[in-house]
Amino acid sequence: MPTSPSDVPRYDLAVIGAGPAGLAAAVTAADLGLRCALLDAGRQTGGQYYRHPAPGLGAARPDRLHHGWSAYTGLADRLAAHERAGRVGFLGGHQVWALERTGDGYAVHVTLGPEAADRATVPAAAVLLATGAYERQLPFPGWTLPGVVTAGGAQAMLKAGLVLPGRRIVVAGSGPLLLAAASSLVTAGAEVPAVVEATAYLGYARRPGVLAAVPAKLVEGAGHGSALLRHRVRLRLRSAVVEAHGTDRVTAVTVARLDADWRPVPGTERRIDCDALAVGHGLLPQIELATELGAATRTGPDGAVALQVDARMLTTVPGLWSAGETNGVGGADLAIAEGELAAHAVADRAPRPALVRRRARLRAFAELMAAAHRPGPGWTGWLRPDTDVCRCEEVPVARIREAVEELGAGDPRTVKLLTRAGMGWCQGRMCGPAVAWLAGSGEPGPDRRPFACPVPLSQLAAEQRAAAEG
Amino acid sequence: MRRTPAELVGAEPGPAHHIDFDGRPVPALPGQSIAAALWADGVLAWRTTRVGGRPRGVFCGIGACFDCLATVNGRPNQRTCLLPAEPGTTVTTQEGHGRADLAI
Amino acid sequence: MLKTEPPLDVVVVGAGVVGAACAYYAARAGLAVTVVDRGPVAGGTTGAGEGNLLVSDKEPGPELDLALLSLRLWRELADDLGAAMEYEPKGGVVVSSTPAGQEALRAFAAQQAAVGVVAEEIPAERLQELEPHLSPRMAGGFHYPQDAQVQPALAAAHLLREARRLGAKLITGETVRAVRRRPDGAVLGVETDRRRLDAPAVVNAAGTWGGELAGLAGVHLPVLPRRGFVLVTEPLPRIIRHKVYAADYVADVASGSAGLQTSAVIEGTPGGPVLIGASRERVGFDRTLSQEALHRLAAQAAELFPVLADVTVMRVYRGFRPYLPDHLPAIGADPRVPGLYHACGHEGAGIGLAPATGLLIAEQLTGKQPELDLVPFRADRFPAA
Repeated sequence: MPTSPSDVPRYDLAVIGAGPAGLAAAVTAADLGLRCALLDAGRQTGGQYYRHPAPGLGAARPDRLHHGWSAYTGLADRLAAHERAGRVGFLGGHQVWALERTGDGYAVHVTLGPEAADRATVPAAAVLLATGAYERQLPFPGWTLPGVVTAGGAQAMLKAGLVLPGRRIVVAGSGPLLLAAASSLVTAGAEVPAVVEATAYLGYARRPGVLAAVPAKLVEGAGHGSALLRHRVRLRLRSAVVEAHGTDRVTAVTVARLDADWRPVPGTERRIDCDALAVGHGLLPQIELATELGAATRTGPDGAVALQVDARMLTTVPGLWSAGETNGVGGADLAIAEGELAAHAVADRAPRPALVRRRARLRAFAELMAAAHRPGPGWTGWLRPDTDVCRCEEVPVARIREAVEELGAGDPRTVKLLTRAGMGWCQGRMCGPAVAWLAGSGEPGPDRRPFACPVPLSQLAAEQRAAAEG
Repeated sequence: MRRTPAELVGAEPGPAHHIDFDGRPVPALPGQSIAAALWADGVLAWRTTRVGGRPRGVFCGIGACFDCLATVNGRPNQRTCLLPAEPGTTVTTQEGHGRADLAI
Repeated sequence: MLKTEPPLDVVVVGAGVVGAACAYYAARAGLAVTVVDRGPVAGGTTGAGEGNLLVSDKEPGPELDLALLSLRLWRELADDLGAAMEYEPKGGVVVSSTPAGQEALRAFAAQQAAVGVVAEEIPAERLQELEPHLSPRMAGGFHYPQDAQVQPALAAAHLLREARRLGAKLITGETVRAVRRRPDGAVLGVETDRRRLDAPAVVNAAGTWGGELAGLAGVHLPVLPRRGFVLVTEPLPRIIRHKVYAADYVADVASGSAGLQTSAVIEGTPGGPVLIGASRERVGFDRTLSQEALHRLAAQAAELFPVLADVTVMRVYRGFRPYLPDHLPAIGADPRVPGLYHACGHEGAGIGLAPATGLLIAEQLTGKQPELDLVPFRADRFPAA
């Protein structure tokens, strides 16, 4: 893709997100001759999946907290070579808050560092979105207590900071991340009295052919399983944590059996003492940068809204590509395959047929997993009127029901306008699925967030300026 | 005796330093986030909510939920799960919006 | 096959704040009302507005008469619904940065005083008493104690709830496909994608889409969108007491320019965030975030209130103000189509003007003499293109 000579110097491609998809895309695009910027909010590459300790912690064996660590080090080595050659600029600490279409390209608007110290604008002819996902949460009584953390959060804090939220950690929710999180936690020294999974995992068994085609997934699953067996972790299927107990921090949880619709079965409650709970219900693609530009979306079998892409990973917005979880959650291997595919397409080069086939196989498996972990409608049965749904604005179930039943709200946006649910700091990332559910709107719509992250007013007031080379 | 995360990954961190949390020193290892240093010290909450005054700390751990906000070096609403715990960092439990000083 | 419903007295098309007020006053007058909207309650311009109930920005004339009547009605409504709608009779402060600007404000306030607008001149040295965080570099200002604020979506929803308590019906998520008329032209009702609603009166409260609805009834009404952005900050304590804006805002509101205009209007909210409006530009229904508009609003806000430079913007409202070429709304019976009533085209003042609009429509519907002369608001005042 040539750079227009009349423009200020700009990148051929800005890759947003340095996780598996973004790393693979950036190094592949650079292999194919494109000049790339690789942006990430974090200071290190790796994203959430390959999150690892900062150098200061001197971790000799970060691989012990990871599956497929060599895939990461391979990508990181290629990136380092491209960086030395000036073909890729890694811009760490660059949090993108908006994409702006500028004639035949893009301006990527950035706020710098976790403290949002300054603004920058990165010009690029094309953009590849590899912003990954964050966890889907379903509220339950007590979920705002300190010590209740997301399953991914427990993993992130462990992988990066080598810390645990407690000594005895219940892991609960739904999805393959739970096994991975539990496995990491026990390996790192925590006691995990139970892994509580809402489904019966029957979904996978329905189409065994798809599973057999991806043996690596089975190996990964078996790895988690053996760690859990070794530590005598009890897996409770078709169950959920329906309440967390404690006053200023969690001290116990109540687990109940669920019926096939995820409705708690009365009389099956059982209390488990713990000092932390790691909970999550699958992942949600982080796509607001694209939907803000009008990119079309699709609702996956897990009920999560993902970007609609063609076989080349092009969204419906010209020059905007997407790879990995943003196209529907599917894990690191799929993300890498899609990153490589997208890079080929941006460079206008044909990918190897084997890569195309591999991606198709992994995507099919992802859809199967997604369908198995789709929340059942009965989960609202564990809510109480005073359960906070929106953590930021502290909006309880009763206020949302009032907006729906008395004030005529039938969709998440109206509920938000009438209750403030979703208006707080996280902009509905934590309560969005629950609010959509309680609003009765069925399938959630795409995220509409003009700003992908909060921006200091002084940076909006300041004139735009180009980012320093990475 | 169970092992620790640091033992698992064979960590040989640089010398520990301290951050200041509500006036008391909390040890931190180089490269740890503020939230990680507080967890390592057994602290799970460093904010109270605007409406109910309830305690909060890390929830998502990746910068998406904004539950782990605190006042850091005098600046309110900082995500402690992302900010490094640097020597001398001062962390103050944040009450509500953390902007009471601006109220008229 | 469309569902049919029992005959009504009036169908209100639009569940924004204007449609809600029309339904409320019509139901209060004893009429059988159904409100229909293609989206949810407050799903259009209402849900993107700041909730300005202003007299300060209006020169003497029909719109100011409407605003004064409306402010009185808002005060009445607030007796029961004030807290629910986050009604705040906070007053407005208009500031000028130059002596010439202050002189212009003085002349403007003098004209307004003649028709009952209360305005007190505030010399520069007293501005901080009203607004402690205001920049000390202002030349002076005027305090308008009648200006007020509501949370627009809550206002619309609670007016509709009251209307429903009085018997009105609300249908959301259904688009009006046709306005049915008799051979002689008189209105018979509407058809949505799901049902037929029979009524001898149809109120066009479709906001920005009011021109299209008028077209379905066979008449020309040139309602056009004027895009606006509002910055929303992180939750803050009360740091701004009034609705504060720069004198340029009055000129921008009155202007017909298509280009981007910004003049900061700044206010706190009971929910915590500070709202920073308002940009104006004519770009059709283009929803693209304008970096230039954001930049100018932020810069102007920090100039008026330096303290805001230190806060964080969390989101942006964007909406399309429904305006008519002479910047007056269309209110009342359309002489061209018996039974067709208009209540749209309020531009950026729809929240403020909603109750007066609703009351005047209800008065016409029940054969009463409206409290205000509706001639300036007649929908047939625009020659067909």
